[in-house]
Amino acid sequence: MIARLLAPFVTALALALPANAQIEIQEITSPGGIEAWLVQDNSIPFLAIDLWFGGGGSLDDPDARGATYLMTGLLEEGAGDMDASAFAAAVEGLATSFEFDIYRDDLIISATMLTQNRDEAVALLREALINPTFEDVAVERVRGQVLSIIQSDMTDPDTIASSTFNELAYGDHPYGSRLEGTLDSIAALTRDDLVAAHRRALVRDRVAVGVAGDITPEELGPLLDTLLGDLPLSNMDQPGLAPVDLAGGVTVVDFPTPQSSVFFGHTGIARDDPDFFPAFVLNQVLGAGGFRSRLMAEVREARGLTYGISTWLGLSRSAPMMQGGFSSSNALVAEAIAVVQAEWADIAENGITEAELEAAQRYLTGAYPLRFDGNGRIAGILAAMQSDDMPLDYIATRNDNVMAVTVEDVRRVAARLVQPENLHFVVVGQPEGLEASN
Amino acid sequence: MIRRLGLALGLAAAPLVANAAGEVTEFTLDNGLHVVVIEDHRSPAITHMMWYRAGAADEVQGRSGIAHFLEHLMFKATDDLESGEFSSTVEANGGSDNAFTSWDYTAYHQRIAADRLGLMMQMEADRMRDLILDEAEVATERLVIIEERAQRTDSSPGALFNEQLSSAIYLNHPYGRPIIGWRHEMEELSLQDARDWYEEHYHPNNAILIVAGDATPDEVRALAEEHYGPIPANPAIEARETRERPSEPPHIAERRVIYEDERVANPYVSINYLAPERNSGDQETAAALTLLAEVLGGSGFTSVLPRELQLEDERSLFTGAYYGGVNLDTTTFALINMPRPDRSLEQAEADILAEIDEFLEEGIDPAQFERIQFQIEAARIFEEDNVAGLARAYGTALTSGLTVADVQAWPDILAATTIDDVMAAAREIFAQEATVTGYLMRPESDATEEAAAEVSQ
Repeated sequence: MIARLLAPFVTALALALPANAQIEIQEITSPGGIEAWLVQDNSIPFLAIDLWFGGGGSLDDPDARGATYLMTGLLEEGAGDMDASAFAAAVEGLATSFEFDIYRDDLIISATMLTQNRDEAVALLREALINPTFEDVAVERVRGQVLSIIQSDMTDPDTIASSTFNELAYGDHPYGSRLEGTLDSIAALTRDDLVAAHRRALVRDRVAVGVAGDITPEELGPLLDTLLGDLPLSNMDQPGLAPVDLAGGVTVVDFPTPQSSVFFGHTGIARDDPDFFPAFVLNQVLGAGGFRSRLMAEVREARGLTYGISTWLGLSRSAPMMQGGFSSSNALVAEAIAVVQAEWADIAENGITEAELEAAQRYLTGAYPLRFDGNGRIAGILAAMQSDDMPLDYIATRNDNVMAVTVEDVRRVAARLVQPENLHFVVVGQPEGLEASN
Repeated sequence: MIRRLGLALGLAAAPLVANAAGEVTEFTLDNGLHVVVIEDHRSPAITHMMWYRAGAADEVQGRSGIAHFLEHLMFKATDDLESGEFSSTVEANGGSDNAFTSWDYTAYHQRIAADRLGLMMQMEADRMRDLILDEAEVATERLVIIEERAQRTDSSPGALFNEQLSSAIYLNHPYGRPIIGWRHEMEELSLQDARDWYEEHYHPNNAILIVAGDATPDEVRALAEEHYGPIPANPAIEARETRERPSEPPHIAERRVIYEDERVANPYVSINYLAPERNSGDQETAAALTLLAEVLGGSGFTSVLPRELQLEDERSLFTGAYYGGVNLDTTTFALINMPRPDRSLEQAEADILAEIDEFLEEGIDPAQFERIQFQIEAARIFEEDNVAGLARAYGTALTSGLTVADVQAWPDILAATTIDDVMAAAREIFAQEATVTGYLMRPESDATEEAAAEVSQ
């Protein structure tokens, strides 16, 4: 099953005082050598496990685009001696849940399981990971689902906008095409393509494991060996950096809809860059800060040109980006774009004010600890951090890093990061008074 | 299986239980404000929610969208706060805030460090009575809600279809009006309309406060007395007692809604039946209907409709059964069938009705029913992990005519429901003849190919 969504509109949650999150992470290495981070909490008798397999949809063979996506959708459609129905009945009978998601950088499996039947649930998930059957009947059924999703995306203005942007920006790199594949590529996939995609993606040396809930370290080690120990080692590298080839300007995709969808951006900054935290604060002030961001204030609150606008630092491994998105009625979208361009130029030249810095710092440091609420969310954060090679003490030092940012830092980083001349907009709709340009 | 197919219809499955768990305490202030406290002391965070028993179905005819419009305007100025200061204060304290409107309620919520609870109450109490509306801001915010409608509804053929379906299902009850409003009426909403709505509904004795997280009932009571206690009750609301709304006449004619839109990628058919909602002290039928929806469509593999139409006969891409019991007034039971591209909507309609007939004859597989009951049992454990979700479940229930006791009894009522109960409910629902059947489809002339999007730079 593939849940999809993602991510442009990243929401942060809240906290205030204790500037640091109060969770204790234990680093575990299983007897078989699999590493995991654990937050033990025995107050509710269940467990959440997140498995992030690096590479994700970008591991596709270029001649079999969409194979990893289709393969991911088939992991719960038959495994071992169970067909799709038998597998689902077993999952339901244990009241466990497995979610299989695929993104450009990771294949993510999120599981919850009751303490009372944990061993059975682990055995079941192991079958899906290691022994998926890719039966013909299931392949054809899920292929039909994927084709209908691609059809649907072809008439969705938001998807057309982001896909067009990616194609323009990344060209032949895997990021330049949709990981769902195309009608033609999906139609042509064979069972061998799926087996190969499974072999590439589900490997034990490239999995980040986050666990939260009712389990001890002593119990977790053997569980990990059972679950993951029989996976093979990786047989190919992850894709390298994507060259971004995109000049400033406006691309219009004509599409019959009353409201234009807009996706915009230019290159960004990597998470391990020494200037990451000033950039992070800058983005918060510009477009990530909910109702109080500059773009929300100017485009929505002051002028009523959109229902919502946001920006984000895209931290995909092969192409750090600074991006944003919104929708505006066809008659208003040209004005909205002009406002975004003006704000982009202003922050590039002038940076942010002391008051803005302080408000952003208070929000970011307060919100951070409130993210750690619930076993599922904690397991996901722990896996994501490892997947991004973040150190164990990141959580403890993160708020100090935010607080250390100064107005001067932001001004310096703005001059490098924010590039009004390179900001490219893709507009999908029938915008009025907007000239396409390069 | 690809979960997105179901989500694409805008029909997220309702949580089966969404109930119990956590220590729940309730009390009422002298001014009638009903307070519910859900304790979770695992982390120092709090969810603070103010729910008003006022939603789109309480609007005056001709002013559709005013409940939601006022929700937007509640973030503007008061006598103590500048426009936007509410949210910026929440953010400056590391919190997040938002609001939402439905047919039966409007709710405002913040999530923040637990020691900021008093500040949240101070500001929420302020805007309960002291909102200041400004002509220029009303004009700008009206543009925003029209953009919101353009984004959520007009850009989505499925949303437009649902809007048309609802207006066909309800002949007289205001559930037939869209929450966000009809565009031509939204364009005419005035400052006076907003003020009238605010004066009629925003009073402590028309509200429910839910606090969930790291606070004790005593702490919540003391802070609530301090901040909300001084606001007087509105006698007009006391006198109102129940929320009287137009009710449905007997449905005697079958109705069909055909909506064609060239943006439709995957056509589907929707068959809608009127159904009783959960009522206080009387939730048994609703429990049976909840389980019926689960038996027919709750699992993409083992439920009756997916098993027969997607896995066995391979006629459908997606099938579903939906029942929303938490409603103040009469609700609906809906069946969905999205056929494979080689089958027509007429065939899809016949397919799903034939499956229902077969189901009524063959009944429920006891093994499937047992699995569902075990999942309901397990949900009581899992939902303890999500106290903000519990807060929302209580708020929805309490603004829909249910009590805390009803909410707490619900898992036990589900557990006590038998296969015979579910089949009896099924026979009653599916005996209706005056149903509403909708087709969402592409225009006939538009063959099957999408119009290729044209790119120019």
